[in-house]
Amino acid sequence: MTSSKNGEKPQFLLHQDGDSVAVAVDDLMPGEVRGASIKEGTWYTMVINHEVPLGHKFAMVDLAEGDTLVKYGIPVGFMTGNAKKGDYIHTHNVRSARWQNSRA
Amino acid sequence: MAEQSRLTGYRRPKGEVGIRNHVVILPVDDISNAAAEAVAKVVTGTLALPHGFGRLQFGEDLELTFRTLIGTGRNPNVAAVVVIGIEPNWTNRVVEGIASTGKPVAGFWIEGKGDLQTIADASRVAQQFVQDATEIQRTPVERGEIVMSIKCGESDTTTGLGSCPTVSQAVDRWVAAGGSVIFGETSELTGGEHLIADRCIDDACRIAFQKTYDDCIAVIEATGANLLGSQPTQGNISGGLTTIEEKALGNIAKTGTVPVVGVLKPAELLPKEPKGLYFMDTSSAAAECVTLMAAAGAVVHLFPTGQGNVIGNPIEPVIKVTANPKTVATMSEHVDVDVTGLLRFDYTLEQAGDKLMSVIDRTINGRFTAAEALGHREYTFTKLYISA
Repeated sequence: MTSSKNGEKPQFLLHQDGDSVAVAVDDLMPGEVRGASIKEGTWYTMVINHEVPLGHKFAMVDLAEGDTLVKYGIPVGFMTGNAKKGDYIHTHNVRSARWQNSRA
Repeated sequence: MAEQSRLTGYRRPKGEVGIRNHVVILPVDDISNAAAEAVAKVVTGTLALPHGFGRLQFGEDLELTFRTLIGTGRNPNVAAVVVIGIEPNWTNRVVEGIASTGKPVAGFWIEGKGDLQTIADASRVAQQFVQDATEIQRTPVERGEIVMSIKCGESDTTTGLGSCPTVSQAVDRWVAAGGSVIFGETSELTGGEHLIADRCIDDACRIAFQKTYDDCIAVIEATGANLLGSQPTQGNISGGLTTIEEKALGNIAKTGTVPVVGVLKPAELLPKEPKGLYFMDTSSAAAECVTLMAAAGAVVHLFPTGQGNVIGNPIEPVIKVTANPKTVATMSEHVDVDVTGLLRFDYTLEQAGDKLMSVIDRTINGRFTAAEALGHREYTFTKLYISA
């Protein structure tokens, strides 16, 4: 488990490096935010483009329609639209690859 | 050993260990609820367990109801049982299923005498059971004798980040101490079911798991329904979870790292050996799932929640763990263990595990959970198909 050397509190967390989304652990406003990956303890500085409420996700990389979304290092769905790095990610632009009939 | 000697419980006649000492008034069917609840009003210290089914069921659906009723009565948290049904045959089947535990059990049926006489007869026996049960003393027990179950609810992304990994710590420590743990939520493994299959201890276990999973998904997919809002739930989506795969990986994060040693049918009695982590085929609905796990013999339940599921169970204490600071702020009366500090890097996962273990041990020794204090007694049967 990661701990911050200087006592810095993360504003977002990734399960691991390489995940295509991060989770806000505070209500985040557009702008620069700091966070870390739990597994490796890597710190990241990101610029987010939308409000992201606590528990919700934003893109760590540019994502195109059809791209696989990766969290925990494992596919968790695919993009139904394009999203830029820092964009809000939820049911409006992602759907399950498993529940074939499920869409918002 | 020094740590284990701090735990106390109620040792039942055949050696099983309970952590509560309930005298249950168990209706066999929906139309016997009124009599069962009346007995519980007459005799202080008894607990009626009304439910919605038990008539005109057939085949595997009927067998599941019997397993649930009998398993509830057999649960080591129950000291004695008064069974009340509409007629003698199915009432006696439940009584006989419970009787082999060696605990006091008696059956009554309503046809031929009506509610009032049945209530009088059953109350007389229930009074004796309560007075005898209140004399049973707590004695020292080993951690490995205490059967634990786990299931999360109203999950969000904080469950996968904090509360489920904390429960995972407890699962590994429980199995290391020689205990057994039950997890379930079949549909909620979707996207990570390969992770569970990989942890099955041998091919027989793996094949049984995969068949259970595939059969469950086939039933769900045959409906052709849009599951968004059901699985994941509306609460999951409000909390930031987007797909079943994302939810499943959070769910699986609570199952520890130990092998899966067996696969159970819903409400199937947990085998005494081998000890370890068992998968049970269950719905992911909280009350149904915990009812089935309690019927298998689990006596303490760990329940990670994100958005704040308030579930309890009448006979199995449910310990709620959350890492969501908004839930702690708005629903603190439902939270037994606050691990929000994990999201702020205030402490390590192992320290969060220590915090949870302390609450588990205090709950085993008698401390009420939030759900017990608030009177949450959800007793909910799983129905496989229509009644005849």
